[in-house]
Amino acid sequence: MGKPSRRQFFKIMGATGAALLAGRGRASASEAHLVNNETIGMLYDATKCVGCKACMSACKRVNSDYGSLSYEQAKFDKDGLWDAPQDLSGSTRTLIKLFKESEKSWSYVKYSCMHCQKPSCVSVCPVSAMTRDKITGTVDYNKDTCIGCRYCQIACAFNIPKFQWDKAIPQIVKCDMCKNTNLVKKGITGCAEACPTGAIMFGKRKELLAEAQKRLQENPGKYVNHIYGEKEVGGTNHLYLSAMPFNKLGLPILTEDVPAEFSEKIQHTIYKGFIAPVALYGTLCFVALKNMKGHESKDKKNSTEDAKEGSDHGA
Amino acid sequence: MGHDEFQKHEAKILTPSFIVLLTLTVIGFALIAVRFIWGLGAVTNMSDGYPWGIWITYDVAVGTAIACGGYGMAILIYIRNKMHYHPMIRSAILTSMFGYGLAGFSVMVDVGRPWNSYNFFIPSKWQANSAMFEVALCVMAYTTVLLLEFLPAVLITLEKTEWKTLQRFMDMLHKRTGINRPERMDERLESVKELAAWLKPRLDKVLIFVIVLGITLPTMHQSSLGSLLLIASTKLHPLWHTGFLPLLFLINCMFIGYSIAILESVISSYAFKRPFETKELSGIANIIPWLTVIWLTVVIGDLTWRGQLGTALSFDFYSRFFLLDFGLVAGGSLLLFSGRKRESVRWLFVSAAMIVLGGALYRFNVYLIGFNPGKGWHYFPALAELLITVGIVAFEILGYQVLVKILPVLPKLHTRQQLDAKKHDDPVTV
Repeated sequence: MGKPSRRQFFKIMGATGAALLAGRGRASASEAHLVNNETIGMLYDATKCVGCKACMSACKRVNSDYGSLSYEQAKFDKDGLWDAPQDLSGSTRTLIKLFKESEKSWSYVKYSCMHCQKPSCVSVCPVSAMTRDKITGTVDYNKDTCIGCRYCQIACAFNIPKFQWDKAIPQIVKCDMCKNTNLVKKGITGCAEACPTGAIMFGKRKELLAEAQKRLQENPGKYVNHIYGEKEVGGTNHLYLSAMPFNKLGLPILTEDVPAEFSEKIQHTIYKGFIAPVALYGTLCFVALKNMKGHESKDKKNSTEDAKEGSDHGA
Repeated sequence: MGHDEFQKHEAKILTPSFIVLLTLTVIGFALIAVRFIWGLGAVTNMSDGYPWGIWITYDVAVGTAIACGGYGMAILIYIRNKMHYHPMIRSAILTSMFGYGLAGFSVMVDVGRPWNSYNFFIPSKWQANSAMFEVALCVMAYTTVLLLEFLPAVLITLEKTEWKTLQRFMDMLHKRTGINRPERMDERLESVKELAAWLKPRLDKVLIFVIVLGITLPTMHQSSLGSLLLIASTKLHPLWHTGFLPLLFLINCMFIGYSIAILESVISSYAFKRPFETKELSGIANIIPWLTVIWLTVVIGDLTWRGQLGTALSFDFYSRFFLLDFGLVAGGSLLLFSGRKRESVRWLFVSAAMIVLGGALYRFNVYLIGFNPGKGWHYFPALAELLITVGIVAFEILGYQVLVKILPVLPKLHTRQQLDAKKHDDPVTV
């Protein structure tokens, strides 16, 4: 009795492995996700940015109530005169940083959500609190469904979603393209509207890409010849142009592989149509019932024998 | 497989270890109160770079693997048909119940907005792409299954109870404060007993379907615990980031489960001064090397295929942790291949401890040590964060200690001797 069931056990294990292998093979071949260039995004040109931080203050002014943003005080600033965030945080959705290599070579960089075409945060959120709008491509967060598990933070390759660690009622904070604030009122994001030098361009992804290509062609040697976000992790709606290498500006070096596609393929292969779990349950039930029956008949035999012998403890 | 295989452990409940564990539990729960008043930042070192700390890594990822004793024993008994291990099942299920229950509790402490958890039960919010969704539902279902599996022990106690403690308490209350016992109390107590007696045979009939569900669910969510980190392809070190994470986690939980069943039996025999269950243990120990060999083969094969063998042997920070987890599991299994060492309680204990440590370190490597969100981020748990974990573990041991003394959980001693005698005619073949 022991032997067939062990074989069955290994069969199940083997099946899991085979399913995984199959999933891996298919991951690169078919079902590649489609980039939608009609969605909206922003193009940040680091060479045009003067670091005035008007975008940062506009973002906080526009989104502070809806997005739960607040001013961050510097240690020396006892009176709270300036907003001085060190990094993106539970109070700050967008941030300008300065990278300085030498007196002559430096660049500003703006951080905020990249609004991926296939966002990892949306893929991993267990309760659909992170969503991607099919038409606008905006990755949005709903605090009324969020359970605060922070899986989106684990998943995001850009470390964008931020959590409010110091609040008893915390939430995730990230850019939502002013979806419920400035975009509704004025048809443009707060930061792009406020930028005095045109470093932030707002528009459809296809227009942004065309403009970026144009700038690269018209100014040979000015930029690093790469549009950051065009292909990274399957494409993002927030695009970058820069004269400095992007990794020096704190943007991670990423391939065109889409992490969410990789994980979803494996998860879907195992759970396709919920067939594997049901089959597993069925098989196990069959084996267990068969085993139990064998023992019941044995038990009955034993108990009658016991009764005959007048033994004081049952089987 | 009657209920008479089990017995209460007759001993005092208020022991010195009870007081120590209770103190640790109280400290832990006080700090949990701090977390809910002042936020997660007040008690933890977690950050936006390391959003999952020791609670998810230890309490959930390692804790549920350690709680896989019940899963492993259920496979052994009901699927591989080794009924003579049945006397060990209840203590295994009890520890699993505590392990999973408290993992679930830790998650509720860890998540920022627990009041929104009801969304797991709203189909329109379901997100089948998320491994977390699968883990959450499965863990909730499995905790319920474990409660059902343990219910017979409670019902049989209820059925036979004479409510002595309650009667004495009511008498004392009456003497001290003059409160009369409620009218018809005896009647009501009698109806509870009747209900238990009514429910038990009915539960016994369907229990096998619940038990099999209790095998299916861990198979699903233990693999999904590995799937959780599949998405972090840019953050998890290539030594551990592989499409085989679900399979590796599944096998890992099985050998941890069997090893912990050995450790638990040795420790509780020692602590409760009962004879060691060497025969059963060496039988279980026989299975472990098979699982670890599969696991080690998949690990090496996968590293070779992805061309990461050199990284594994480079002796840098990550490689050392990899070699340590790999070495502990391999070393422990090597010991278990020797038949003579399997007969010795000491060697059984040593090898099982090595395998549990190695297996747990593997999970730490995947969730924390091999996880690198980028420059400038560091994580080491805060004292308060550790104390909360300690408090939760203390509560787990405390609950186990108390329940084995009030419910029939441990194998009945004379049954065991009978079994030993029986097994001499019918040697274990694995």
